[in-house]
Amino acid sequence: MDINRVEARLRKLHENGEKGLFAFITAGDPDLETTFRLVLSMEKAGVDLVELGVPFSDPMADGPVIQRASLRSLAAGINLMRIMDLVRRLRSYTEIPLLLMTYYNPVLQYGLKRFAADAAEVGVDGVIVPDLPLEESASLLQELKEDEQHLIYLVAPTTTPERLEKISRAARGFIYCVSLTGVTGMREGISPDVKEFMQRVRRHCSLPLAVGFGISNPRQAALMAEGADAVIVGSALVSLVEQFQNQPEVIYERVPGLVKELKEAIS
Amino acid sequence: MELPDSRGHFGNFGGQFVPETLMPALEELTLAYDDAKNETVFQEELQYYLRDYVGRPTPLYFAERLTRHLGGAKVYLKREDLNHTGAHKINNTMGQIILARRMGKKRVVAETGAGQHGVATATAAAMFGLECAVYMGEEDIRRQELNVYRMRLLGATVVPVTSGSKTLKDAMNEAIRDWVTNVKNTYYLLGSVGGPHPYPMMVRDFQAVIGRETREQIFMAEGRLPRCLVACVGGGSNSMGLFYPFLDDAVELLGVEAAGRGLETGEHSATLNAGRAGVLHGALSYLLQDDHGQVLTAHSIAAGLDYPGVGPEHSYLKETGRAQYTTVTDQDALDAFQLLSRLEGIIPALESAHAVAAVLKMAPAMGKEDAIVVNLSGRGDKDVPAVARVLAQENGGVR
Repeated sequence: MDINRVEARLRKLHENGEKGLFAFITAGDPDLETTFRLVLSMEKAGVDLVELGVPFSDPMADGPVIQRASLRSLAAGINLMRIMDLVRRLRSYTEIPLLLMTYYNPVLQYGLKRFAADAAEVGVDGVIVPDLPLEESASLLQELKEDEQHLIYLVAPTTTPERLEKISRAARGFIYCVSLTGVTGMREGISPDVKEFMQRVRRHCSLPLAVGFGISNPRQAALMAEGADAVIVGSALVSLVEQFQNQPEVIYERVPGLVKELKEAIS
Repeated sequence: MELPDSRGHFGNFGGQFVPETLMPALEELTLAYDDAKNETVFQEELQYYLRDYVGRPTPLYFAERLTRHLGGAKVYLKREDLNHTGAHKINNTMGQIILARRMGKKRVVAETGAGQHGVATATAAAMFGLECAVYMGEEDIRRQELNVYRMRLLGATVVPVTSGSKTLKDAMNEAIRDWVTNVKNTYYLLGSVGGPHPYPMMVRDFQAVIGRETREQIFMAEGRLPRCLVACVGGGSNSMGLFYPFLDDAVELLGVEAAGRGLETGEHSATLNAGRAGVLHGALSYLLQDDHGQVLTAHSIAAGLDYPGVGPEHSYLKETGRAQYTTVTDQDALDAFQLLSRLEGIIPALESAHAVAAVLKMAPAMGKEDAIVVNLSGRGDKDVPAVARVLAQENGGVR
């Protein structure tokens, strides 16, 4: 296989002098068909990378919007196996970079070896595990085929320079910068410290930086994009899915609509 | 070998499975605790409060009528119910609150199930003038109204948790979310031997005062070690505190989990008996979960045992065979609750009644020269309204 899709996309963005827009949605919220169609329609609307959230019963890093999405997905009987099938199906239609965002336990119970093998087979480009810090990540990393599936590490405003160095050395693809100390979810403004934080990360990390948490509208996205290579939007999209869960045609209009506005704002 | 290792592993269990935002806070806490642990000033301050405020040492009481009733081994009760606030939980909160103050934190958050840890935290926070928020599941708030009122009297904010099963597991999720958000000024005062390193080690160390006292007291009473130690296991702090100073001795260790309505019904909290290894709330340990790694809802009549996880050191003790873990149903715990009240004039917490119930089964088969120490981890006042309701439904009142 050629270069990882994530790296290829980030390189292309860089060459074109563009900022990336990464979108998070919970897989299977409210069903897999919705997720399937949303990935394709968001790609058309300009998204550069999609993070598919794997539902978990106890999402401790998530705010209420994604907690509820997780519960809807679980209620629909979604699990990692079915999400692998979804990715396999998507790969007949799209080459967009796809990451799984999952808590560690579903991966652990799936089996680390099996997870890595299936992810490679269906065309997953990497995984983000918010409750798996660098120190605990060796077992999973060992199983992933490094050039094909990246383990994406997160850094936070609390991360010390020493930790930034260590994480930077281990990281592949990009660094996920958590813009604030808190859980996922929409916020009014943006943290005043975020600029300084992004500069600090930049000093220690040579990889592209994607910033997420608390970004929900075009104005915030534009501000955040200044110090980053990509911005990540999740809860704002998931919130639309929730709001219009009984009107799928509205979802397929509003979600790509917001994506388009966000992409324009950072261009 | 001294466990855990420097990254908090007890064999395969333990560790630090938390968001990156919290990793620096855990590093800071580990350093602060290592520092404090070896410092005379810290230990003396803790000793002072444990003696003059908590009321330690607690007695090791020979339960003579219970022993005669059972006709086998001598039964001793370690009276943690006599601590200030009525349970063993305060041993840990005093230690951690002194640490929090040393670290310059102005606010503490905690999770609580039965409310005993919440009350202990609210108490310690009130005494030291710290702001305190306690997360508690709505279901537990209903079951433990007395403790909710106590916490509010003590000046704490009780935050109802409506997510998930509305019990301890969900309260812990919310406490962690609060901590992630306010990590700069907030200390997370975790109440059991679970969670990410250094909590399992630190809480064990603070609770080990139970075992250390027991060791001295049983030597005074019997001139030798007991045959067996018995304690209930929810998260596992009272049992770990009792067991720890005896790990290298030839003493049987028996943890008692809640079988709820019966293991076969799936409505129980018997994590070590019916679960398998998984990651929840920052640690790898035994866990009640489905095939896909989704955490199951636990059940026990005792709110303090109603948790689908367990401290990682217990998982290690089970795996190595050093400790045994048995189960007791809601019904057996209720019977033990009443029996101990009648025979000894001691109303135990429903949690502790599980340990007593296990002793009722094993003591008759043991020799009269054998001694069992059971940890009476808390008093039962908080459970009286709920027990009255259950007994009224089942058989028209107290038997």
